[in-house]
Amino acid sequence: MKSTRQAFGEALITLGETFPHIVVLDADLSKSTRTELFSKKFPERFYQMGIAEANMLGTAAGLAFAGHIPFACSFGCFVTGRYDTIRMSIAYAGAPVCIVGTHAGLAVGEDGHSQMGLEDVGLMRMLPGMAVMQPLHAAETLAVMQHFITTPQPMYLRLTRQDLPEMPLNDSWDPYTLRLIAGNPDASIAVIATGAPTFELLDADTYSLWHATSLKPFDRVSMSKIASKAQHIITAEDHSTLGGLGSIVAEVLAELPKHGILHRCGVQDTFGESGTREELYQKHGISKEKLRALISSL
Amino acid sequence: MEHVALIERARRIRRHILTMLTQAGSGHPGGSLSAVEILTVLFFNHMHGWSQDPYPSRDRFVLSKGHAAPALYAVFAELGILDPEELLSFRRLNSRLQGHPDRRRFPLVEASTGSLGQGLSIALGLALGLDAIPVTCLLGDGEMQEGQVWEACAAASRYQLHQLTMIIDANGLQIDGRVEDVMPLEPLDQKLRAFGWQVFEINGHDMDALKVALSVPTHEPKAIIARTIKGKGVSFMEGVASWHGKAPNPAELKAALEELSA
Repeated sequence: MKSTRQAFGEALITLGETFPHIVVLDADLSKSTRTELFSKKFPERFYQMGIAEANMLGTAAGLAFAGHIPFACSFGCFVTGRYDTIRMSIAYAGAPVCIVGTHAGLAVGEDGHSQMGLEDVGLMRMLPGMAVMQPLHAAETLAVMQHFITTPQPMYLRLTRQDLPEMPLNDSWDPYTLRLIAGNPDASIAVIATGAPTFELLDADTYSLWHATSLKPFDRVSMSKIASKAQHIITAEDHSTLGGLGSIVAEVLAELPKHGILHRCGVQDTFGESGTREELYQKHGISKEKLRALISSL
Repeated sequence: MEHVALIERARRIRRHILTMLTQAGSGHPGGSLSAVEILTVLFFNHMHGWSQDPYPSRDRFVLSKGHAAPALYAVFAELGILDPEELLSFRRLNSRLQGHPDRRRFPLVEASTGSLGQGLSIALGLALGLDAIPVTCLLGDGEMQEGQVWEACAAASRYQLHQLTMIIDANGLQIDGRVEDVMPLEPLDQKLRAFGWQVFEINGHDMDALKVALSVPTHEPKAIIARTIKGKGVSFMEGVASWHGKAPNPAELKAALEELSA
């Protein structure tokens, strides 16, 4: 078991050895984002920017223009909350900065709404040219980071606070293709998941389970194929369905000549709150039990 | 460059600015004209590496007050980076001379600005990433009301970026009126010193004073508060807030160019 933020912190050290131009910026959350590991190994390439995320993001753009490979890190809600700096200094300017938002979604738990990234995907995917990536597990986190380094572009990387099961990455992996995780690909119920809720759905007996790592660009081709077979399509995400995966899939389906019924599971246009992760997943309909109940009802 | 030649450059830059604004039918004359001496001294006297295309080792310049883009484009025309004819494409569809600087269309503008308060952070990142290469950022005084500027001020001091210079084009006016009425900034020099910057306060139209302030070496990041007159050089625009964001009509252009004739 490992959180994707921990995997990220460890990967930075490995990649930092190979790529001397990697620089890391953090806004007083290096213990939580796990960039502390990089800061100890490569102190001269780590920039502590204090509780000043907007300046951190602009500085990251400048470092990118100077030829470096910056990772600018904080909680997802805080870093994407500095939207105009991301919009202008990074996205519009085409600055190849990896904006890293940890503490995705309700799974933050007891700290409650203020610490939860629940709108970050929607905000980031509005920006032209901004890739939005949510790795499923540790191995994929490293692979997405390698992808960013080899194809520099503005990118938002969404990571979890909580530990997740570890899985191997198959050789044909690429970030952009909807990936079958479990079940029969031709099943009449297709579940498209992203991030942690995927693990609530692994017992795919009556349905197919697909993971979307890249939320932007989104794999419309595979989605259209899945939609041509499935009578019911379920999306599952630890994020608002407005602007998140629920919206993304709805947008694809709406442009197809015909498609099945869409059921969007995630945070339903409401705020987060305090509670355990398990309680919150149950209350907001993305627990194993709630998702099972929905699937059984179809 | 000789003093007389610099004065001539500044005059030509002002003529370019006014001509392109009238041609475009919109734009920001006041804050472009107030920055002319600052930009003239920077590009024709102070910064290195701006004479040889593609300028790989140039000193970096970030125009944080992006609405003064006409002044920067005019400087580029005088440097030979673009044909003066191209200035007439300013604000037109498909032009690289966007209303505010666009790095993707025109990389030499260094940063895409126009949403105020962001350029100093980008300049800070350039200074951190380029080691010894000097980086200069031009801000407006009204822009200093943005919180991100002060985040950058604190960080520049923490990282002791002596190669970073911020010039504040302090023309005292912003869209809604006098800076001191809209949201007071003074005492700006004391605030910047308290943030760990070495501060120089000069007349921003005095090119000798600009040269001196720019060339003094410091151990801290350097701030130059350049006191200027908005609309400088055109009598009917000087000190008039309403010339912040409107273009002269052809008759006004004619009158302005007469004032700026050799």
